[in-house]
Parts: sequence; structure tokens; C-alpha cells
Amino acid sequence: MTDFSTIDITEAKKLLSQKKITATELTEFFIKQIEEKKGLNCFITKTFDIALKMAKESDEKIQKGSNLGILEGIPIGMKDLFCTDGVKTTAGSKMLENFVPFYESTVSQNLWKNGAIMLGKTNMDEFAMGSANTTSFFGNVLNPIRSDNQKDLVPGGSSGGSAAAVASGQCFAATGSDTGGSIRQPASFCGLVGLKPTYGRCSRFGMVAFASSLDQAGPITKTVSDSALMLQSMCSYDDKDSTSSKKLIPNFSDYKKFDLKGKKIGLPNEYIIEGLNEEIKKKFDQCINIFKDYGAELIDITLPHTNYALPTYYIIAPAEASANLARYDGVRYGLRENSENLDDLYQTTRASGFGDEVKRRLIIGTYVLSAGYYDAYYLKALKVRQLISNDFKNAFKKCDLILTPTTPNVAFPIGEKQNDPLEMYLNDVLTVPASLAGLPAISVSAGNNNTNLPIGMQIIGRPFEEISVLAAGSVIELSKV
Amino acid sequence: MSIDNSIVRKVGKLAKIKIKESEENKLLDELNNILGWVDELKKVDTEGVEPMLSVFNESMNMREDKSDSKFSNNLITKNSPEKKAGFFVVPKVVE
Repeated sequence: MTDFSTIDITEAKKLLSQKKITATELTEFFIKQIEEKKGLNCFITKTFDIALKMAKESDEKIQKGSNLGILEGIPIGMKDLFCTDGVKTTAGSKMLENFVPFYESTVSQNLWKNGAIMLGKTNMDEFAMGSANTTSFFGNVLNPIRSDNQKDLVPGGSSGGSAAAVASGQCFAATGSDTGGSIRQPASFCGLVGLKPTYGRCSRFGMVAFASSLDQAGPITKTVSDSALMLQSMCSYDDKDSTSSKKLIPNFSDYKKFDLKGKKIGLPNEYIIEGLNEEIKKKFDQCINIFKDYGAELIDITLPHTNYALPTYYIIAPAEASANLARYDGVRYGLRENSENLDDLYQTTRASGFGDEVKRRLIIGTYVLSAGYYDAYYLKALKVRQLISNDFKNAFKKCDLILTPTTPNVAFPIGEKQNDPLEMYLNDVLTVPASLAGLPAISVSAGNNNTNLPIGMQIIGRPFEEISVLAAGSVIELSKV
Repeated sequence: MSIDNSIVRKVGKLAKIKIKESEENKLLDELNNILGWVDELKKVDTEGVEPMLSVFNESMNMREDKSDSKFSNNLITKNSPEKKAGFFVVPKVVE
């Protein structure tokens, strides 16, 4: 059997159209990979029968050569928070262990319409709350990349199963969702490309909600070119999502024609934080030079409220979560712990169905919204969010793109940062600000550190300017050192 | 602002999450840590700043106020732990 794990979607599309391979062959290859690599725990639910059926349909379409989708015949992984009609959707939680939706999320629907093939539902932090994929009810995901000291590393989170599956060649690409860094951080830890589009680009309909003003779907891929293809297939205006954007959807692959020459790239000094890993800093400096070589102009900018982004996020996201996750009441769907008393039924169901991190955030969220504390915490955080957003608006008057490292550190061993929640939260310190401002941001691997662990660089762009973000990302990709 | 056990119990009730006595102190410490950290925000001058509820600034679509559900009661109650004749079943709440 040919090894398809070394090629990307862009190449596979070529081979499919030349009829050198079939979608069924591709699907059978990845099914075998998933079986062989099940020790990494990337998938919660495998959907091989569905995959083979979809592959057959794609092959028939390719034979006829008509109505071909952008991803016709391309097998992918679907993060287990996108509702899939008739296929279990757990969001990594015991609460939804047996939940089978009877409708399809818009993002997954768009992907199937575009010919993508579903291999299975990927593992994730419970309700997308985590940065290491260690909060999943279905167990840790292992990073397929090992450092020279051979310890098992986290893949990052919350889209950890998606990232580990792509990095280990179990699928061409996978969907992710990003609330504070859940696409970019795992992409960075696994040496991949992770794109969080502008808030509103992808519909949130059918995506299990965490924090609705922040949640945004996006792709995790091996290459920037694949990222553009995946995003193209995922986004659409959707009247089932009240914050779905009606802005024109461009051809994202046009990033290849985007010239960075003369473009201004901002370097925010606030992102060179205390505790930023030395090798990451070094790689960041190398990237600055790469952009200079491309004829871009590098300028210093300031985003003065950056330090406050993480605490702001840890008020707003839990507050929204506490409202969104109120739906898990043991009555309409999900787990139920029976009781004679309705209130007791709610309380014991939620105590038993949610894991520790989710409970912690729901309690924090409930507290900051409760009478007497609302103004001091929640309202204050909303105001600081405005200041953070203004920082970006001001910066983008002076520059076209912003370059930063994606994470303060590389992937860490499983079991680390488990005792203090705050230590885990710090993983997202460089990704959260763009989330709060709803901006498009990509993480692209810029090469490895001296123990062979990948380092990701982040490019942040103006709203709806994914093309320039992809273009800058491809520069990093091409010059990977 | 630091909180005590009674607030943890009260918020647990509001969040409808039963907190075991054995978990209470650990949770209290974690919450105080997190709240102590988010207290950083008090340092920010937000005088005259409008709260930002959403980054979305396009007008939202209004739809006609009419039912368009294509889902049957049976489908909607399909995932319910307890159902009867197309209804969700809960413990008796009135005497």
C-alpha cells in the first residue's frame, strides 16, 4: 500500500484528479493508520463504515467528473464537538457520552458537501476547556512527536486529538475550534498549521457551545495550502447562527498571489513575556529576518493591555460557559443521575457528568455573574476586552499584520502543569488576545528546538483578512529552519 | 476579594453542581487563586469605556416569528434519559 501520510491535501487532490489513486484507497490507508496508531487515543468514535461509503460516492463522482467538491475524496477527522447526524457527539464529556444528534453542524455539513470523508470524531478537552487534552473523559491524547528524552508529551488542547491525528498521518486534516487558542496551540505543539478565522466566518450552528462570543471553528492541517482549502470548505453565511458574517467569502487560495513586499509587520514588545522560552525567542528573531528578506517592513508596535488579556478571558469565557452549559440538566439529553427531587437531580447529574476543570470554570463563571460581583468582575472584564480590541485597532492603523510566537513554551510531558490550574492557563497567554478581539490568526511551525520539538509562530491579521494571514504563514512555512 | 466556604456552597447551588464536603476546601483554594489573579484587572482604568459584549458588528437577521421545525417530538426526545409519549419526564414537582 502506498504511504499517503507524507503528502498533503493539495497533492492528493492532484493524484485523485489524474485518477492515479482513488478515494477508497486513501480511506483504506487512513483506516489502517488509525488502527495502528490507536495508542495515541486520537479518536473518540471511529466511523469507518461511513467513511468507506462516502469514499465510494466520491469515487463515482470523480469517475463522472461532475459536481466535484473542493475536498472531493479527502479523508479528514472531525473534532467531537461538531454535531454529526446519527453519529455520537460527546464534546469529550461523560455528560454526552451517549449523545447522538439528529442534525448536522453547518461546518461539518459544508465539508461533506465539498466531498470530504469522515474517518471519525477526534478527542478533545472536555467541552474544549483545556490546553493539554488532559481533561477529556475519554483519556489523554499523546503527541506523536517525542522529544529526545522520550517522554510522552501532550498534543496541546483543546483540539488535541485533531492535531495528533494529523501529525501522525491518521488523516489529511481535521477540524478544530478555537475559543482562546484551541486550534493554534495544539497546531504549534504538533508542528502543524492551525487557523482560527475571523469571528463570524464559520457558522457556530451545531457546534457544542463553550463561550459563544469567542468560539470559532477552523482547520488543522499539514500545510498552509491545505489550510486555505479546508477553510474554503468550512465557511459560509448561515442564517441559523445570529453572528454568522455576510461578508464576501474570497478564494482563500489567492493568498499565493498576495505580495508581502512593502507590507508592514508589527512586532508587539508586550508578547516577549517573562518566561518566554529562549529557543522560541531565537526562532522568533529568525522569522523577523525572513520577513525582512521578503521585503516586508518590520515595525515595533504596542498592545498595552496584553497583560490583562488572560485574566479578562478567564472571566468572560467561564461566564459564558456557565450560561451555555446550563442546558445539561439531565432532562433533555445526556447523563442523568436519578433522584426523587428535581433540584437534587440537576445537582447530582451535573456533579457526576462534568469533570473537575469544567466544574471549576462553571463555578467561577457563575460567581462572576452573580449578584454583587457582576460589576466588579464581569462588567469590568467586558470593558477591558474593549481596551484590548482598541489596542489592535490602533496597531492595525500602523501595520498590516502582527507577528508573535504562538506559545511561551514547547509541548510538555503529560502530567506536568496539573496541580495548579493557573499554570495550565498560561499556555494561552499569546493566543487569547486575538480571540478576545475576534481577529483571524494562524500558527505555523517555524522548525524545531534542540530536542526536536516544534515551535509555532503566530500571525494575526485585520478582521476578514485571512488571505494576508495565510500569505505570511506560507513565508514562515517556506523558510522553516 | 477572597471567598469563603459559604460562598463556594452558595455558588455551587446557583450553578446546580453538588459539591462534596471533601472537595470543598480544595475548590475554595483554587477559586481564591484564580480570583486573586483576575483581580489584576482592578488596576486597569476603564473610566468611560463601554463594555464589549461581542466583536460582531454586522446587523443581525430577523426572521419571521413562525415555527419551521421539521423535527418530531419523538426525535427531539430521542436522547432524553426518560421520556413518555413525546414528553420529557422529570420527578414530580407539585404535591
